[in-house]
Amino acid sequence: MTTSTHAPDAPISERREPVLSLTGISKRFGAVQALTDVSLDVRVGEVVALVGDNGAGKSTLVKVIAGVHPPDAGTIRFDGRPVTIDGPAAAQRTGIATVFQDLALCDNLDVVANLFLGNEVAERGVLDEVEMERRSWELLRRLSAKIPSVRIPVASLSGGQRQTVAIARSLLGSPRVVMLDEPTAALGVAQTAEVLNLVEALRDQGHAVILISHNMADVMAVADRIVVLRLGRNNGDFDVNTTTHEQVVAAITGATTNAVSERAARSARTSEEKTP
Amino acid sequence: MTSPSTASLPADLADDRLIREQGLRGYVTRFTARVRSGDLGALPVVVGLAVIWVVFYALNPVFLSSRNLVNLTLQSAAIGTIALGVVLVLLLAEIDLSVGSVSGLAAALLAVTFVQGDLPLLAALLLAIGSGTAIGLLYGLLYVRFGVPSFVITLAGLLGFLGLQLYVLGDTGSINLPFDSAVVQFAQQAFLPAPVAYALAVLVPAAYAAVRLAAGRRRAAAGLSAPPVLDVAVRAGLLAAVLLLAVWYLGVDRGVSVMFTLFALLVVLVDLALRRTRWGRAVFAVGGNVEAARRAGIAVNRVYLSVFALCSTLAALGGILAASRVAAANQSSGGADTNLNAIAAAVIGGTSLFGGRGSAYSALLGILVIQSISSGLTLLNLDSSVRYMVTGAVLLLAVTVDSLSRRSRRSHGRA
Repeated sequence: MTTSTHAPDAPISERREPVLSLTGISKRFGAVQALTDVSLDVRVGEVVALVGDNGAGKSTLVKVIAGVHPPDAGTIRFDGRPVTIDGPAAAQRTGIATVFQDLALCDNLDVVANLFLGNEVAERGVLDEVEMERRSWELLRRLSAKIPSVRIPVASLSGGQRQTVAIARSLLGSPRVVMLDEPTAALGVAQTAEVLNLVEALRDQGHAVILISHNMADVMAVADRIVVLRLGRNNGDFDVNTTTHEQVVAAITGATTNAVSERAARSARTSEEKTP
Repeated sequence: MTSPSTASLPADLADDRLIREQGLRGYVTRFTARVRSGDLGALPVVVGLAVIWVVFYALNPVFLSSRNLVNLTLQSAAIGTIALGVVLVLLLAEIDLSVGSVSGLAAALLAVTFVQGDLPLLAALLLAIGSGTAIGLLYGLLYVRFGVPSFVITLAGLLGFLGLQLYVLGDTGSINLPFDSAVVQFAQQAFLPAPVAYALAVLVPAAYAAVRLAAGRRRAAAGLSAPPVLDVAVRAGLLAAVLLLAVWYLGVDRGVSVMFTLFALLVVLVDLALRRTRWGRAVFAVGGNVEAARRAGIAVNRVYLSVFALCSTLAALGGILAASRVAAANQSSGGADTNLNAIAAAVIGGTSLFGGRGSAYSALLGILVIQSISSGLTLLNLDSSVRYMVTGAVLLLAVTVDSLSRRSRRSHGRA
């Protein structure tokens, strides 16, 4: 054995130091304790899915990380150093990019304008459209994004393409952590696949990805680790390779038996009976 | 996988799904496709202007005489300048109802300080224009601080500044500007010397072509598609032909008015600021989706402040031009239909009331439509009753076209 702190055959998640690490996060809104002592670690090159039922505290945690709501208690460490995230701008400076569910695109502007919105390449106030368009193509090609033209208004793009533009925009500041809030909600089958490919591309390029999703199929398809929140508390941290769908659902609902797990058990029984 | 021909294509044309149409036919195809999807641009107003000119020419050939067209340019400059400010406010999906009152107040301030107060002309001008800027900043502050709808703020301004205008004018009610003063000379007598006008008519298209070609070279160097040289040449040539024809025909009478040139220059400057600067991009972004603009880090409040200030400043300047043209400021300066014509011009010119869509050129085209109707009906000896009704109908038509094209853009996914 070497002097390495971790065994070489430990799972990926154990091998590297987390780039973003939250410990003991609590947040209270009036009489509601939205988050209680929540912890979350994200490492580079890893997709962490944050799942939980409605009201489990996912959105609150997202807002804490994105700097929209500062936490009441707890520490946030970035690259091992404690940081305070007291606003969306501070989150971006720290290296955390967030793509919110409503995307926040300007429908009347074209793709290039949306990608560089508020961040335009300009020389003495005059826009450098050529440079921005060149960089847009570079960025979109890096993500293998399927966007036919960057000079059409965003309104004419499909849901998946709009999501792609929003994600591409979040990458302009070269963030270490990318947080995607329900990126596949309201998308069709092909478009969902497109966005999931994008999530993998982000991971492969060395970003740490936090994926918030309701859709267990999506989560099982791309996530490396699943962190479950229930009633504002941590309720499980699963490695996707060693976890079943039912275990995660059980952690989300807090019940050991429910319709999903019972049906799975039933079908497992019948298949056992068929194959003696 | 990819054939060599697609691999060598510029980055922005590499996608297989793009429909590539080249040459003149491609141009026509693209244009009709755009219009069908509801992206009308300046087309309705240009067609409308042509129809209006043809109809009035048929009714009375004097309408298209050189003399009448020169008068048309003189009549258009003042309210056109006001309309330019209204375009900016409309781009934010806001409105300024007080531009008429502000223009009247600026005219009154100029007359009182210059004629009665014996202030130097330059100081009086700066004071009058500065009053507009101050009013706009006040509107902007009220809007961003307290969130009062711009409709209400400027409705209050419409009344309040009309009152202030009457107060400033005092008992006399009307103050004449001396005929030999520079402002009146500028507005009534100043025309570009023919060589200067012709030089401008050639240099402007040349500059346009040079800028386009330089941009094309940069695009090619960056691996993007560049507009064909022929395309640039045709556009510049058309522009030169239109400008030369206008300069020649207006030159048959008095020539190109300096005041109108100032207005045209302002339009070009505002257009460049809107399309080529970070500020302009921010204006369109705020007009399209305020929340997105705010989250993208745009100082939204500063955009509102700057636009309200610019609008009122242009209104004040327009008021000064209008007063200079009639060589007087009185209680009806900026009253009557100034307000409505300025707002109608911006909308008729194709700037959407819904925000985020429009161009500085809509002020120029819109005011030409409105003044053409006014001038044509006057030539037919029809009084203002008919003029109001016709202008109202045209405005209604323009807003209907805007709403319909918006619906069409939605259904074609180009909202």
